[in-house]
Amino acid sequence: MSTLKILVIDDEPGIRSGISRILRNFRVDYPFMEEAFDFVVREASTGEAGIEIIDTDKPDILLLDNKLPGIQGIEVLEYIRKKQLNIIVVMITSYASLELAVKATSDGAYDFIPKPFTPQELKSSIENITKRVFLKKMTNKLQESGKQIRFQFLSVLSHELKAPLNSIEGYLQMIKERQAGPQLDSYDYMVDRMLERIKGMRILILDLMDLTKVESGKGKRDIKEINLVDIARMAIDTMTPYSIQKDIKLKLHGSEVVKVIADSEEMEIIFNNLISNAIKYNKQGGSVDCTLRENGEWVEILVEDTGIGMNPEDISRIFDDFVRIKTEKTRNITGSGLGLAIVKKLIDNYKGIIEVTSQPDQGSIFKVKLPIDKPCL
Amino acid sequence: MSTKNKLILIVDDDQDYLYQMKTKVEAFGFQTLLAESQKEAEEMIEKTKPDLAILDLMMENEDSGFILCYKMKKKYPEVPIIIATGVAAETGITFDINDENNRKWIKADRFLEKGIRTEKLKEEIFKLLKINN
Ligand SMILES: Nc1ncnc2c1ncn2[C@@H]1O[C@H](COP(=O)(O)OP(=O)(O)OP(=O)(O)O)[C@@H](O)[C@H]1O
Repeated sequence: MSTLKILVIDDEPGIRSGISRILRNFRVDYPFMEEAFDFVVREASTGEAGIEIIDTDKPDILLLDNKLPGIQGIEVLEYIRKKQLNIIVVMITSYASLELAVKATSDGAYDFIPKPFTPQELKSSIENITKRVFLKKMTNKLQESGKQIRFQFLSVLSHELKAPLNSIEGYLQMIKERQAGPQLDSYDYMVDRMLERIKGMRILILDLMDLTKVESGKGKRDIKEINLVDIARMAIDTMTPYSIQKDIKLKLHGSEVVKVIADSEEMEIIFNNLISNAIKYNKQGGSVDCTLRENGEWVEILVEDTGIGMNPEDISRIFDDFVRIKTEKTRNITGSGLGLAIVKKLIDNYKGIIEVTSQPDQGSIFKVKLPIDKPCL
Repeated sequence: MSTKNKLILIVDDDQDYLYQMKTKVEAFGFQTLLAESQKEAEEMIEKTKPDLAILDLMMENEDSGFILCYKMKKKYPEVPIIIATGVAAETGITFDINDENNRKWIKADRFLEKGIRTEKLKEEIFKLLKINN
């Protein structure tokens, strides 16, 4: 059994004692949690008194009224945020307005309980928060034990996996209800979109497999001297049908032999991602030029395209998990937003560098630099 | 009253959901106005006043729908708003949309699950527009 500390800041004594009473014998216990939780409640009648308790005996959960005699609830929230305290804040307020709520959410409040509330409402809110505290604890534990399982990642992932399912389900529903009439070809667009979403899911799954390999598998890596030019050729062969389909000239330039010490599969993932992006985000009749060369201490891989390019603000985001740039030009292009995140992780592992220069509507250059002779294993 | 001259704003960042909604709503006889983001929708309502809006909750930010709802209600208090969610359970937002108090407080007229049946959707829109089905 774990005990969570709850602090109630409210100027109405009735509310404070009510909350204490309701939570005194309350327990949260789920089959998926390894432990059950109960609660101890402390009370403060002003924001100032509350902050004193926060400083001396940090609560896990704060139930916070906004309308207080001295400093306001929002200011207590700001205090917590500034000090980056790990406290889950629930606003209780009868003066709730959307404005306040929106402000409070962006300041880090987690939930709202409108006043007056029933014991059941309070309990269900505390229950949800307890689940979250539990997940946080788990995450911390896993991270400490080096497992690095990322709940954040998983929750975005589940959203990314559900979105195509919802969309496909929606179309199937429309087809089932014959919403476009009896003509079969009226449904072509829907079928095409479903196929596209399925393709997206498949890409996501393949990318996830790459990512798992990158993040887990030191054991399976086969680090040895390889000729990068061979790998690049292989990637180009793989991508040639795709480039023909999109009417794009795809060429390899530079030295015949560029040796590095690395895992060949990992190098292939880098080439595949960069080249496929350069084709994918290109224009009809454009070109992709891949160059390999040695430059002092480094091996350089350049992938240059004549495509849609990116804004400087976008460039800073593209290496993050699941980031896709949404514009009119990219809306019909399918992808998971994981490709470059994987590339970046791989290059980091090799103590390499990846740089991007890009001009909207002109094209992009992705430049990878890997240290010669100094593989990081 | 006819549905022909009623304009319905639909905002969602998933182009397929947007298409599905549009098809359904147009089949009910309405005209539609589509936006793929909170930002795009905000620009639209500057120029055009819809008769009803259907907003996705999570777009650029996880509370985009709420903020858009708030701004719309401020500009056009009488225009009914439906917030469509499919994500409440999977995000950190524990907002219980079925709770009477929360509903009042968020000021949207209806909260609907995204997977809602077509008939039910029609019923809700007609009810909000006070059209006899
Ligand atoms: N060569 C390029 N030119 C223009 N934009 C690019 C280029 N490469 C990547 N981007 C932008 O960066 C974003 C992230 O790319 P990333 O490869 O991570 O994902 P993706 O292409 O969406 O999906 P996938 O990993 O499945 O290929 C893309 O959505 C695209 O907007």
